[in-house]
Amino acid sequence: MSNEAVIHSPVEIGAHEEHGEHHHHHETFITKYVFSQDHKMIAKQFLITGMFWAVLGGLMSVLFRLQLGYPDASFPWLETILGKWAKGGHITPEAYYALVTTHGTVLVFFVLTAGLSGTFANFLIPLQVGARDMASPFMNMLSYWFFFAASVVMLSSIFVETGPFSGGWTAYPPLSALGDASPGSKTGMDLWIVSMALFVVSSLLGGLNYIATILNMRTKGMSMTRLPLTIWALFFTAVLGVLSFPVLFSGFILLIFDRNFGTSFYLSDIFVNGVGALPNEGGSAILYQHLFWFLGHPEVYIILLPAMGMVSEILSVNSRKPIFGYMAMIGSLFAIAVLAFLVWAHHMFVTGLNPLLGSVFVLLTLLIAVPSAIKVFNWLTTLWRGNIRFTPAMMFAIGFVSLFISGGLTGIWLGNSALDIHLHDTYFVIAHFHIVMGVASMFGMFAGIYHWFPKMYGRYLNNTVGYIHFWVTIAGAYMIFWPMHYEGLAGMPRRYYDYSIWESFKQFAELNRFISTVAMIVFAAQLLFLFNFFYSIFKGRKMTSLNPWQSNTLEWTTPLRPGHGNWPGEIPEVHRWAYDYGKDGVDFIPQTTPVGADESHH
Amino acid sequence: MMTTVQNTQDRRIHPQKFTLWVAIGSLIMMFAALTSAYIVKKNQSSWLEFPLPRIFWYSTGVIIISSITIHLALKAFKAREMGRYRQLITVTVLLGLLFLGMQYAGFMDLEARNIALTGPKSNSAASFLLVITGFHMAHVLGGIIALLVIFVRAYTSRVKNYSSLPIELISTYWHFVDILWIYLFIFYNWIG
Repeated sequence: MSNEAVIHSPVEIGAHEEHGEHHHHHETFITKYVFSQDHKMIAKQFLITGMFWAVLGGLMSVLFRLQLGYPDASFPWLETILGKWAKGGHITPEAYYALVTTHGTVLVFFVLTAGLSGTFANFLIPLQVGARDMASPFMNMLSYWFFFAASVVMLSSIFVETGPFSGGWTAYPPLSALGDASPGSKTGMDLWIVSMALFVVSSLLGGLNYIATILNMRTKGMSMTRLPLTIWALFFTAVLGVLSFPVLFSGFILLIFDRNFGTSFYLSDIFVNGVGALPNEGGSAILYQHLFWFLGHPEVYIILLPAMGMVSEILSVNSRKPIFGYMAMIGSLFAIAVLAFLVWAHHMFVTGLNPLLGSVFVLLTLLIAVPSAIKVFNWLTTLWRGNIRFTPAMMFAIGFVSLFISGGLTGIWLGNSALDIHLHDTYFVIAHFHIVMGVASMFGMFAGIYHWFPKMYGRYLNNTVGYIHFWVTIAGAYMIFWPMHYEGLAGMPRRYYDYSIWESFKQFAELNRFISTVAMIVFAAQLLFLFNFFYSIFKGRKMTSLNPWQSNTLEWTTPLRPGHGNWPGEIPEVHRWAYDYGKDGVDFIPQTTPVGADESHH
Repeated sequence: MMTTVQNTQDRRIHPQKFTLWVAIGSLIMMFAALTSAYIVKKNQSSWLEFPLPRIFWYSTGVIIISSITIHLALKAFKAREMGRYRQLITVTVLLGLLFLGMQYAGFMDLEARNIALTGPKSNSAASFLLVITGFHMAHVLGGIIALLVIFVRAYTSRVKNYSSLPIELISTYWHFVDILWIYLFIFYNWIG
C-alpha cells in the first residue's frame, strides 16, 4: 500500500491503459527505452547487456581454448581480429592471460551477477510481491546506468595499447598493484579497477532497492511466508551483496593507494626485473586476499541463489506439485547466506594460513553441504511423482539440479584443507567452480528466461530450438568440465599457457583438444539461443492466455503487456501461499483466490 | 480507502528511510573492513606508533555540535519555523565544512611532523589514517552536498513543501556519519 506513495498515480495509469495510444503518455522514446524507471524495462536492459557480455566473455574462452587445444596450430584469422595480440596466428602469452582475466571478471560480475540477479530481481520482485515498482525507481535506473558505465570502461580496456588487465579475475597484488609488473598491469588495470568500482556502486544501489522493496512493498495479504521462493532467494542475494561488496570496495581503495600513491598496504620487499628493488616495506599481500575473498565467497552465492530460487519455482510449477519443504527451503537459503560469510579463507588454505584456523574453515565449509543437501532433496522430492511438463524452462531447471549435485560433490573434496594441498590451482578447481557456479547458474538463468519470456515480451520462445539448446549445452558442459577433474587430479595446474612442453602434462594433449572442440560447439549452441531470443521478441508465437504455465504467482495476473505500474486497477490481494498445486483435486489455485470454506488446510 | 492508506503508512517505515538504513549497514561493513585491515596490519612488523593530531579532538567536538544543530533544524522544520530552520541548516553546513578543514589540517600536521602519509617513505600506520579518515571525509562531503540541495530549496523554492522526508533522511545520515567518526576516533586512540 505504501507503493502508492512511490508511484504517485495508480489511477492515472489505469486511465492510460483504457485510452490507448492516442492519449498523451508523457513517455518519450528516451524515458521509455533508455532512461526508463520502469523495473520491467530496466530488467530487460540488464538482460540484454548481460547477453552482450556473455557472448564476448564466451568468445574469449573459445579463443584461449584454441590456444590450449591446438598449441602448435596457427590461425591466420586470429591475427586479423586480434592484430599484434596474435602475431602469426598464435595468441601471445600476454593476450592469453588478458583473455583469461577478462573472461573471469566479465562472466562472474557482468553476466552472472548483473545479468542474472539484475535481470530477475528487477523483473520479478515487484511483479511477484505485488508492487507497482521498486522502492526507489530512480535509484534502480541509476543502478543500471552505473553498470552500463562499468561496461563501457571494461570494454574500453580491451582496446588500450598495453592491453586489458591480465593478472587473473582476483586481481591479487603485487601483480595488480605495480604497473611495471606486466603490460596488463598498466592502463588496463586502471580501467579494470575503475570499472569494478562502478560495478560495486551499481550492485549496491540495486541491492538496497531489492531489500527495501521486498520488506516494505508487499501487497495486502502477502506475508513473508507466502512469498514465492524466487523472492526469498533474491532477498538473500541482495543481503549478501549489500554486506560483502563494500568490503571488496575497501580492498580496492587500498589497492588504488598502493598503485597510485606509493603506499605499502599490500607491498613489501619487491624486486621488479628491469626496475630494481622497490622502497615499499611492511605491506601484506595476504591482507588483500582476505578482503577480496570476504566478498569473493559470498559472491558465488550471489550468483547461485537467484538460480536456486527460480529453479524452485519452475520445478514446482511444472511438476504441478507444491514445492517440497517450503520452510526448509527458506531455512537452507538462510543457512547458506550466513555460512557464506564464514568460509572465505578456504580460498587461502595454501597461503600459509595457520592450520588450526584452516581446520575451522574446513568445518564451516563442509557445513554448507547440509543446507545444500536439503535443497537438493527438496527439489528431487518436488519432482517425485509429479505430473511433469518438460518445457524448455523445466529442462534447464532439472539440468540445474544435476549440475548442482555433480559440482557440489567436488566442493566437499576442495573444502578439505589437506586435499586442497594437492588440488589447489589445478584443473580440478576449474572443473568444480565452472560446473557448480558457472554452468549451473547459467542454467538457472536460461530456465528463468524460457519461463518468464512470455511475461517479458508477450510471446513464446521457440520450443524446438530450446530443446536443441538444452541438450547441446548440458551434454557439452559435462564433456568440457568432466575431463578437467582427471587433469586436475593428475596435478595439471591452471593458468598455464602451453602444456605441450611439460613432460607430466603432455599426455593430455588430445583431451585438451577434445575439450576445446566441445567448447566451440557449445558456444555455437548459445548463438542459436540468441537467435531464438531476438527472433521471438518480434516474431515468436503470440501468447493466447494470460497464464500460460497455469502458475499461481502474481505476475500472471497482470495484463498481457503491463504498463508502468503493472496492474491497471488496484493491486490484487493475496490470500494464500504460492504453491497450491494439485490441492483438493484442483490443478492450481492462484494466490489471489480467497480460501474457500470447504478447503483443506495445508 | 484513504484512511487505510494513511494507516498503513503510519505503521510502516517509509521505503526510502528503510533503504537508507540498509545503506548505512552497507557503509558500516565498508568501515569494518578498513578498520579490521588496520588491526591485521598493526599486528605485523614495522608499524609506526605516533600520537594523533591534537586538532582531531577539536574536530570531534565540531561534528558533535553539527549533529545537534541538524537535529534542531529538523525540529524547527516540523514546527514550520522556517527562518530558524534555514539558520540551523546553514550553521550545520558551515560546521561540516569546518570539520573537513580541520581534518585536512590534521593531515598537514602529520606531514609537518615528518610522518609521510603517502609515497615511498610512508608507513601503513599513517597511510591507513589517511585512507580511513579521508574516506570518512568523503562521506561527510556527501552529506554537505545533500544539505546544500535542501538549503537551496529552502531559500529559492516558491512552492511550499511540507514533506519532512528529505531533511529526515539527511539528518539520519548526518548522525550516522557523526557516530562513525566518534567510532573511528575511539578506534584510533584506544582500540586499534
